[in-house]
Amino acid sequence: MAILETQELTYTYSPGTPFEKTAVDHVSLKIEEGEMVGVMGHTGSGKSTLIQHFNGLLKPTSGKVLLDGKDIWADKDKIRDVRFKVGLVFQYPEYQIFEETVYKDIAFGPRNMGLDEAEIKRRVHETANDIGLSEELLERSPFELSGGQKRRVAIAGVMAMEPKVLILDEPTAGLDPAGRDKILEHIKRYHERTKNTILIVSHSMEDIASFADKILVMSKAKLFCYDETVKVFARADEISEIGLDVPQITKVFGELRRRGLDFGKEVYTVGYARDLLLRKLKEREVR
Amino acid sequence: MLRDITIGQYFPGDSVIHKLDPRFKIVITILYIVMLFSGGNYLCLAVGAVFTIGAILLSKIPLKMFVKSVKPLFIFLMITAVINLFFMSRGNVLLHWKFIKITDEGVHTSVFMVIRIVLLIMGSSLLTYTTSPITLTDAIERLLSPLRKIKFPVHELAMMMSIALRFIPTLIEETDKIMSAQKARGAEIDTGSFTTRAKNLISILVPLFISAFRRADELATAMECRCYHGGEGRTRLRQLKSAPRDYIALGVTALFLAGVIVLGRLF
Repeated sequence: MAILETQELTYTYSPGTPFEKTAVDHVSLKIEEGEMVGVMGHTGSGKSTLIQHFNGLLKPTSGKVLLDGKDIWADKDKIRDVRFKVGLVFQYPEYQIFEETVYKDIAFGPRNMGLDEAEIKRRVHETANDIGLSEELLERSPFELSGGQKRRVAIAGVMAMEPKVLILDEPTAGLDPAGRDKILEHIKRYHERTKNTILIVSHSMEDIASFADKILVMSKAKLFCYDETVKVFARADEISEIGLDVPQITKVFGELRRRGLDFGKEVYTVGYARDLLLRKLKEREVR
Repeated sequence: MLRDITIGQYFPGDSVIHKLDPRFKIVITILYIVMLFSGGNYLCLAVGAVFTIGAILLSKIPLKMFVKSVKPLFIFLMITAVINLFFMSRGNVLLHWKFIKITDEGVHTSVFMVIRIVLLIMGSSLLTYTTSPITLTDAIERLLSPLRKIKFPVHELAMMMSIALRFIPTLIEETDKIMSAQKARGAEIDTGSFTTRAKNLISILVPLFISAFRRADELATAMECRCYHGGEGRTRLRQLKSAPRDYIALGVTALFLAGVIVLGRLF
C-alpha cells in the first residue's frame, strides 16, 4: 500500500483577493514505502506548496492527502501526530535553530513528542552519527558552527523524530560542492539504514539523478510526470522544454545521439556512462 | 494566518484614487479625519459616510477588504460602545437596574462613536490600500521638508520609515516560515495550553531576531557599498508631480469639510 497518497489535491493562496494564485492544481499521486523520490520543478512550480501538504502544514483547498491510507485531516486534533510521522526539513533549515547547544536543538522535536530522556538521548546520538556530526559538537553552541554543519544539525533535528517519511526541501541549496556531497552522502546512508521513505526537493538534476528511485516533476502547479528515474530522464527533451535542467551527461549523450551515436536514452549518471562506454569500446575491440 | 493581516497592505491598481499625488492624499486624509471629528450630529456623519463610500467606490478595491480592515479592531469598538453606553450619565434614563443606568444620550453616543471610528478606519485604510509604502514615505518626507530648517533629520526619518515598512512583509514571511518549521518539529503554536504556547514562542523569536539582525547588517553593508550618505544632495527616481485632479480632489474634500462644519452649526 502507498504510504503517502494525494487525491486531486488543490491549493489556492489568498482566495478572493487580487493575489489569488493556485499553487497546486489537481495533483494525484502515490508514494510507496521505502522509496527515494526526487521532487523537481521550477521556482514557483508548486513543489514547496505540495510538500507542505504531506505533513499537514497546509490544508488542501480541495482534495485529500492520505497517510497510510487514512485522510490526515479526518481528525483535526491528530494533525500533530502526522507531523511526527512525516518529517519536513525546510529550505535553509539552519535559520530555525534556536537552542543553546546542538544537543538541545536536535532534541527539540523528540521532546515535543513526549519521549523520555533516555530515548531522546539515544535518538540524538544516533542521528548525529547518521548525519556525520561528531560527539564533541553536541555540547557546542549551534551558532558557532559552519554553514554546512548548521544545516546538518537542522536536518538531524527532524531525523531524530524518526519519521516514516522524511521530506527535505533543497537540502543542498547554497552549500559548496564539498558540503553538498557530504549532506547527500549522509542522507543516502540514513536511507540505507532506516529504509524509510525519503523525498528530496531539488532543482539540480545532478543531485537527484544518482540516487532517486523515482522522480516527480511539477510544472505550473500541475504534476508533469511521476515515474522511475530512467523513464523520466528518457524524456529529457520535454523536461528541458519546461525549463528544467537535465544532467550534463544526459545532454552530452543527447548530442551524441543527434550526431548518430545512439547509446540509448537512459544515461543520467557519469558512472553509468563510463561503464557503458567502456563496454561498447570492448565490444568493438572484440570485433 | 499571518498573511491575512491587512493593515498597511497595498493593493495595486490604477483607479483615480491610486493615481492621486500621495502628498495630496495624506493632506486629504488629515482633512477627512478633521471632517469626521468636527461634525457633532448624524447628518454630519452621513456626509462623512457619503464621502468615504464615494472614495471607496472610486478606488475599485473590493468592499470586503474594508470589512477585513475593521475586523481586528472589533473588540476595541465593542469596548468603546460599552463604555459609552454605561458611563454616560446625561440624558433621560431608559433603564435603571441596580448600579446600571442607561440613558438615551448614552445609546446615542455609543452608536455615534462606533460609526465614526469605523469610518475613520475605512478612510485611513483607503490611504494605505491605494498608496505603496515607498511613495507614502516619499510624500511624508516632502511634506515634512520645511522642518529641515530647524535641523530636523527629515530624510533620515523617512529612510528609517521606508526601511521599516519595507521589512514588514519580509518579517511576516520569515515568521511564517519559522513557525512552519517549528510546527514541523511538533511545536504547538496555534494549539496547546497557554504555557506551552508561550514556551514555544521562544523557538520562533530567537531565530526571528537572529535573522532580523543579520538582515539589518547585510542591508547596512549593501547601502554603504553604494556610497549611501544620507539626504544631502540626493535626487529621486520618482518625482512627485501634482496634476489638476489632485487639486480637484483637494477642493472636493475641502467642500465636504466646509459642508460638515456648516451642518454642525445649523443643527
